[in-house]
Amino acid sequence: MEDVMIRTTGLTKAYESVVAVDHLDLEIRRGEVFGLLGPNGAGKTTTTLMLLGLTEPTSGEAKIDGYDCTRNPIAIKSIVGYLPDQVGFYPDLTGRENLRFTGALNGLPEAYCEERAKRLLERVGLTEAADRKTGEYSRGMKQRLGIADVLMKDPKVIIMDEPTLGIDPEGMRELISLIRDLSVEDGRTILISSHQLHQVQQICDRVGIFVKGKLIACGHIEELGRQLENEGRYLLTLQADPGGEKLKNAIASLESVRSVEEGAGGVLRIDSSADIRPQVTALLSKYGQTTLLLRQEGGDLDEIYHRFFEKAGEPNEHGGSQGKTGKLRSFLQTKFHKA
Amino acid sequence: MSNLAENMTEDTEFVFLKLFTTGSGSVYSFATFLAFLGPLAGITLGFDAVTSERSQGTLNRLASQPIYRDSILNAKFLAGTAVIFLLVFVLGGYISGVGLIRLGIPPSFEEVLRVLVFLLLAGVYLSVWMALAVILSVVCRHAATAALICISVWLFLSLFMSLVASGIANAVYPLDGFAGLMNVESNYNLTLALNRISPYYLFSEAASTILNPNVRSIGVVTASQASGAVASSLPLEQSLLLIWPHLVVMIALALLGFAAAYVVFMRQELRA
Repeated sequence: MEDVMIRTTGLTKAYESVVAVDHLDLEIRRGEVFGLLGPNGAGKTTTTLMLLGLTEPTSGEAKIDGYDCTRNPIAIKSIVGYLPDQVGFYPDLTGRENLRFTGALNGLPEAYCEERAKRLLERVGLTEAADRKTGEYSRGMKQRLGIADVLMKDPKVIIMDEPTLGIDPEGMRELISLIRDLSVEDGRTILISSHQLHQVQQICDRVGIFVKGKLIACGHIEELGRQLENEGRYLLTLQADPGGEKLKNAIASLESVRSVEEGAGGVLRIDSSADIRPQVTALLSKYGQTTLLLRQEGGDLDEIYHRFFEKAGEPNEHGGSQGKTGKLRSFLQTKFHKA
Repeated sequence: MSNLAENMTEDTEFVFLKLFTTGSGSVYSFATFLAFLGPLAGITLGFDAVTSERSQGTLNRLASQPIYRDSILNAKFLAGTAVIFLLVFVLGGYISGVGLIRLGIPPSFEEVLRVLVFLLLAGVYLSVWMALAVILSVVCRHAATAALICISVWLFLSLFMSLVASGIANAVYPLDGFAGLMNVESNYNLTLALNRISPYYLFSEAASTILNPNVRSIGVVTASQASGAVASSLPLEQSLLLIWPHLVVMIALALLGFAAAYVVFMRQELRA
């Protein structure tokens, strides 16, 4: 058995006018929790649909556990559990009956089904609501029932599409610990697609940043952060009162500073190769200036995600003229693509 | 039932079949009832077959189970036709049962066969409408759209098709003046052909032929053709021969609906 559970090579899906997924090469290892992060419309759902054989790729192929996703969908579907973003159940059946139905569709024997449904309902904390109709369930309960439903077939791989959408913070915590359990205790491979990076950050071993059908960055979260720091690109936004040339020159003369640009309202944008916040603070107090704004960008992952996600909403042609964001983007593309 | 007595005085043959074709002033006969309102039952069974799964979010979940995608659609059709045939045959059985008790005249073997053929026709007829509803439910995003389209098609084909048919026929073969006399036959034939596009007309024609053995022909019969014919009712085989094309066309329509829904559904992207 090879160690790679999900592998896509040159996976492409083109609709009439747009390319939803553009030559995606992705490898997800066995037992890993992988987060596919991207803004709405980045092609995450299309990718998951192709992995399940629910839609045909235009070119390229996807394999899960050695099975071709397009040619052998039945084999795929019996080892892959899929939790759609808007998971739904038959409202006039109870939670237990819904699970039983899924079990029957998977060809499980009746007695085993019953037993398994009971255990899973316990696991997701729905024992009390098990015999109520799912029409009365809340969003969070449906989501938990969805997880039980996915687990009915005892899948090797679980694909979750926006699992954290519309769930309250308490429910979120439970969900996250549940997903952790699925990976750590059961050793299942989990692929989560989401645009809510905070939740995903907590549970994923690796993440891929997916924008406009392309995988821009991929790797461990710490790795991504460290890489950024090592590359030594620190972008500092500074606004001081009263400011002035003197301060600007003093900062420009600091050792690691590459350039200082002055923007509107006396805002300085400082590009440096090291964290110069201590020196800048010292300078400010030396010149008797009041700090209005001091903000480090680029170093923290949150900011990167944010920039990427925002970027995807704008037309690509402006990429070059976007100034810092554009530069940062192309920089990340070159740096992270090798990762 | 009260009208049966009147009818009986005219004709004492095939009393049992009259149960299905006799209505009173305000009440439709069973056959008319099925022809006119039956489609609604078929539409009800099909219009939200796929849309409801989609809007509930169960379609995705269903499709990600290890089953072939066509089994979803096959199941929808099978379930629908099973319910339709059950409905039609139970209703038919009920009418016959009440009739037996009230009339006290047992049906002849031929009458039983004729009733069974009629019920089969009715089942196929309702299935045609269900197939139409299912294909619309595959194509439309909302169940309401599918339902409205179905109902408008039903109203058009049941109520207005005859107007449209005669309108077209009159335009193509005008009946005014001297030339009109020459056109009578062509006009009638064209009207008939156009009317037969509608499953409603097909079913009504077939039902009256099978339930009324005195119907000898469903097209134009000239006086010369009719002369010398033995004045008696048709045997079952001959009636069947008359309605055979109707049955085949209705089955074909239902299958066509199924095939179209199948092709569209198999190619559809199953997004929530």
